[in-house]
Amino acid sequence: MVELTIDGARVEVEGGATILDACRAAGVEIPTLCFFEGLNDIGACRVCVVEVEGKNRLAAACNTAVWPDMVVHTDTERVRAARKSALELILSQHDLNCSYCTRDGSCRLQKLFVEYGLIERDETFDMVIEAPIPYEKRLIKGKRAQWKAQSPIQRKTNLCIKCGRCVAACKRLEGIGVWDFVGSGAVSNVGVRDNLGYMKAAGCVACGQCVTHCPTGALSERDDIQLLLDAIADPSVTTVVQVAPATRTSWGVGLGAEDGSLSIERMAGALKKLGVDYVFDTSFAADLTIMEEATELLHVLGERKPDENGILWPMFTSCCPAWVSHAKFAQPDVLSHLSTAKSPMMMFGAVAKTWFAQRNNIEPSRMFSVALMPCTAKKTEVKLPMEANEGIPDMDASFTTRELQRMLRDAGIDVNAVEDAPLDNPLGDYTGAGVIFGTTGGVMEAALRSGYYFVTGEKPADPEAFVFTEAGEGRPWKEASFDLAGTVVRCAVTSGLANAQKLLDAIRAGEVAYEFVEVMACPSGCAGGGGQPIDGTDRELGLARGGTLRGIDRTVTPLRYSHENPTIKVLYDEFLGEPCSEKAHHLLHTEHML
Amino acid sequence: MSRLTIETRTVDAAGHERLSALAGARLAALPPEQCPVDLTVSLTRLYLSESCGKCTPCRVGLAACANVMDRILAGEGTQADVENLRATARMIYDSADCAIGFEAGRTLVAALDSFAEDFASHVENDCCTRTVSALAPCRETCPAHINIPGYLACVRAGRNVDALRVIRNDNPLPTVCGYVCEHPCEVNCRRALVDDAVNICGVKRYAADNAEPYDPPACAPATGKRVGIVGGGPAGLTAAYYLALMGHSVTVYDQREKLGGMVRYGIPDYRLPQERLDADVNFILKTGVDVKTNCAVGTDVPFAEVSKAHDAVYLSIGAHLDKKLKCEGEDAEGVMSAVAFLRAAGEGKPVDLAGKRVCVVGGGNVAMDCTRTARRLGAQSVECVYRRRIADMTALPEEIEEALAEGCQITQLEAPVRIEVDEAGRVAALVTQPQVIGEIGRGGRPSPRAAASPERRIACDVVIVAIGQAIDTAAFSGAVETEWGCIVANEDGSIAETPGLFAGGDAVSGPSTVIKAIAAGKVAAANIDAALGFSHDVHDAVDIPPAHAAAGPCGRVELKNVNYAQAAQTFDIAKLGMSAEEAFQETSRCLRCDHHGFGATCKEEELVW
Repeated sequence: MVELTIDGARVEVEGGATILDACRAAGVEIPTLCFFEGLNDIGACRVCVVEVEGKNRLAAACNTAVWPDMVVHTDTERVRAARKSALELILSQHDLNCSYCTRDGSCRLQKLFVEYGLIERDETFDMVIEAPIPYEKRLIKGKRAQWKAQSPIQRKTNLCIKCGRCVAACKRLEGIGVWDFVGSGAVSNVGVRDNLGYMKAAGCVACGQCVTHCPTGALSERDDIQLLLDAIADPSVTTVVQVAPATRTSWGVGLGAEDGSLSIERMAGALKKLGVDYVFDTSFAADLTIMEEATELLHVLGERKPDENGILWPMFTSCCPAWVSHAKFAQPDVLSHLSTAKSPMMMFGAVAKTWFAQRNNIEPSRMFSVALMPCTAKKTEVKLPMEANEGIPDMDASFTTRELQRMLRDAGIDVNAVEDAPLDNPLGDYTGAGVIFGTTGGVMEAALRSGYYFVTGEKPADPEAFVFTEAGEGRPWKEASFDLAGTVVRCAVTSGLANAQKLLDAIRAGEVAYEFVEVMACPSGCAGGGGQPIDGTDRELGLARGGTLRGIDRTVTPLRYSHENPTIKVLYDEFLGEPCSEKAHHLLHTEHML
Repeated sequence: MSRLTIETRTVDAAGHERLSALAGARLAALPPEQCPVDLTVSLTRLYLSESCGKCTPCRVGLAACANVMDRILAGEGTQADVENLRATARMIYDSADCAIGFEAGRTLVAALDSFAEDFASHVENDCCTRTVSALAPCRETCPAHINIPGYLACVRAGRNVDALRVIRNDNPLPTVCGYVCEHPCEVNCRRALVDDAVNICGVKRYAADNAEPYDPPACAPATGKRVGIVGGGPAGLTAAYYLALMGHSVTVYDQREKLGGMVRYGIPDYRLPQERLDADVNFILKTGVDVKTNCAVGTDVPFAEVSKAHDAVYLSIGAHLDKKLKCEGEDAEGVMSAVAFLRAAGEGKPVDLAGKRVCVVGGGNVAMDCTRTARRLGAQSVECVYRRRIADMTALPEEIEEALAEGCQITQLEAPVRIEVDEAGRVAALVTQPQVIGEIGRGGRPSPRAAASPERRIACDVVIVAIGQAIDTAAFSGAVETEWGCIVANEDGSIAETPGLFAGGDAVSGPSTVIKAIAAGKVAAANIDAALGFSHDVHDAVDIPPAHAAAGPCGRVELKNVNYAQAAQTFDIAKLGMSAEEAFQETSRCLRCDHHGFGATCKEEELVW
């Protein structure tokens, strides 16, 4: 332990702690901007500087380790002036346009500008007024300020503060490194690494973690809202919206509601008010995915053979489009071991424009099918060539949870006042197993719950009997082994592609062996997805939001097994036959083609 | 009114001098990966600030060039702009009236030539070809990329063993390098912006001399693969160490009695005591490396046999042949090569020079080693003869300084013409032609030319020729190709079209430094491992102390010499190591560029090779 003095008070912290850690322990608030706990401590913005007695220069609190009897002053005139100047310099290169910015209200920079008196909000006209600063405003213009409009991830260079959080998120969470610091001196910036020009060339899978870790509005998803608004406005078009499990966890954040407090029925009410015809639940399709994928797994277990390198590959889940893209771009030896099951979203799309359309006499070409997802990669997935009806894409668009929020805010819908509406039938039925798809380990657990039933003919005594443990030092995944009536299934679960890389390396090296592996690209799975609301607290929110889903599984629905979903039963009886039937294959499975 | 007054330095002039000194230090430590276009425009403005403004080319031309380059940097330049820039720079060089102008023009022309690709990239693609390195400048410049700030911090914390563990992640010869490394790491040390580069090499020696004995990390499980290493010098030993840690079965073949190569048989004991070299060699051998000494591949064992017995072979045979003067009298008794002379001393069977007059020919570090060794072997007089100036010598300045201090003579601007031989066939004198230093060539070094003065006769009994070494590839002639006398190998150490055969060190690069040979050995180890189908990680993770607040402006600790007159009598070490007090102060000067600045964007675990 190290003892030091902060603003006159003695504080004791662990050795190796930073001044920022010590300040937090002492209840002293230090402004931070580029810092993100556990991810980025490069000390670039210089907003967290403090004065240390005996030292000539100010120190960054975020990355300076404390030493015994250090004396720190966090609120001197010199400190305040340095912080304010740093913010003024950033402002001189910032295209301040808060009213039109997606991050208005959750922007770290905006919060600091307000605290230091550099901007002021005029509530009457809902606009932000900029205080005069002693520096000339210099924005990047012309070609350099443009970005490819089709890219699922959008970048506004004049909002970027070069904090490097996107660089760190992509490199450390996803192990890809799409972003990097480029150029040097006055023209240095953040951009796609190695002058590759566009993100996909650098291996981008559109997971969106750069967006959720961006402190400003520099990074965002491509805004597709108008597509739905146009469809709603066209009376000849039936609009069908599916809502992903994780989207329901936090959609009220920024709309005047607490994280996790608003139900999916409330969302259905809001969407109906917006003019949407049908609101369904992707959890239904998650249950369908389980029927297919668990059946597929039982087939695969009997047929596995080592590949030409002698590796006995497990079957990998395929519901995360960023993971599937990554396998396509960077892990060619893994590709043929992904489950052929489509993601729940795409399964839903296929069923909606066939079975549901037929039952309700809707012409598939006049149906506009939209997904509300915690995900930016789904924007790419909906463009994959999947057509149950020839010439008609199964899905028409996918929006992030943040786009949903913007849509409701723009429409002036007060989510706290709007009335709940039940989800529509029949694709609104869901089970707890489908809901936990949205959190890491959920797909695996749901598959095991039903897989156990398929093999043994009875349900496990406890749906939560499938307990996973940490795989150990240097192995960032969880694992467990289950006996399904004599068949041992070794399972592993990981999230974040950097962690997945370590797992794949261990499999390739023969250090570990599994039969079934779940991979989600975002930390803690979809609940921590790149399309999820950002609350400006600079914390990883996936785990807590995943907890909301676990809560729904335990308390909201009595059904906790995918195969018990009543609509699933009807769907197979009326339309598909049985899991992995020829028709199911045609509609619900895909070859993961490059 | 006085006709003249004594002028005192004004405050203004002092301010100017201070600024120039600061700027000079910055330019000297310029990181090489910064954008050359950005640098050129900045230099142009700096030169413009020196202009008196009299002449058009300089006053207007430099400003116009800077503006064009601004536009190029802003992504708004065209190919026509670059051509215009070149023409204008040429015009400034051609027509400016004084050196302030025409030398600025010359700099610009040179920049446009050297960085043509960079200018083109900015104009065509609006992007810079350069990426700023996240490595600390010392680590970036070190050929082996040792985590220098990391081990300095360990020494500062009193953790000398950990410092060696950090060094050995990239260089298994920390003691050798602590004594004799040419320390290119210090050239770009950012501390030079504050006062002076950190004495990195001296700290390394302190760590090596003061660490408690410890053992190498455990080797990876045996792979069953066998690697043969031909030549146990720094490159071969380095490759052997890492390959053994990776779990391969390693055999080192060396033609001499002991391992170390040129480090043992070329570097005199007063610079590197052999028992200090033994410390590093023994550490490496603890990994279980098998050694066959007194075994010259090609003579004692055929190369084909070595090839057959191993899954991969690394040729690190060094450069042990000597280059000849090719002059009359070179075969006389008393003429010897630097390699043979130093080797005899290293083997403990030195040439008896008692009472002899010795001439050493050459100007590199080997020439200095011969000069100072001859002095220690009792020579009556030692004269090092060099055809250029002392300032042009490639030997380290401190080597030259110490040779002079020990009573040796360095004769500059004398080119050997012939060796005079007496009736008995022994050396009688070295005859030289005095030289005049002349024009500066493309390499930046001035060339000497014969002076219009008569030859000079230096009477002597022994001539030691230290004008370079060559590589003896005779035993491998069927297996490798040579170019300029060096083995041809790829950047990864492999030899084209011979799977499993690798080469490196002096044998590939030509005679060079210890640290470059070590770097080559490390590169070879990594790529041999890969060629054998593995990707072993030999990183020994050390907890690096957090960055300390660096000491304010403070002088650099230099190693002290033993009394020169006494040092010249023995082969005992001639330089004293740092004290603990000095080592703490010196390491406190480190600015921790691994933590501050761009270094903060890179985590240590991401740098594991």
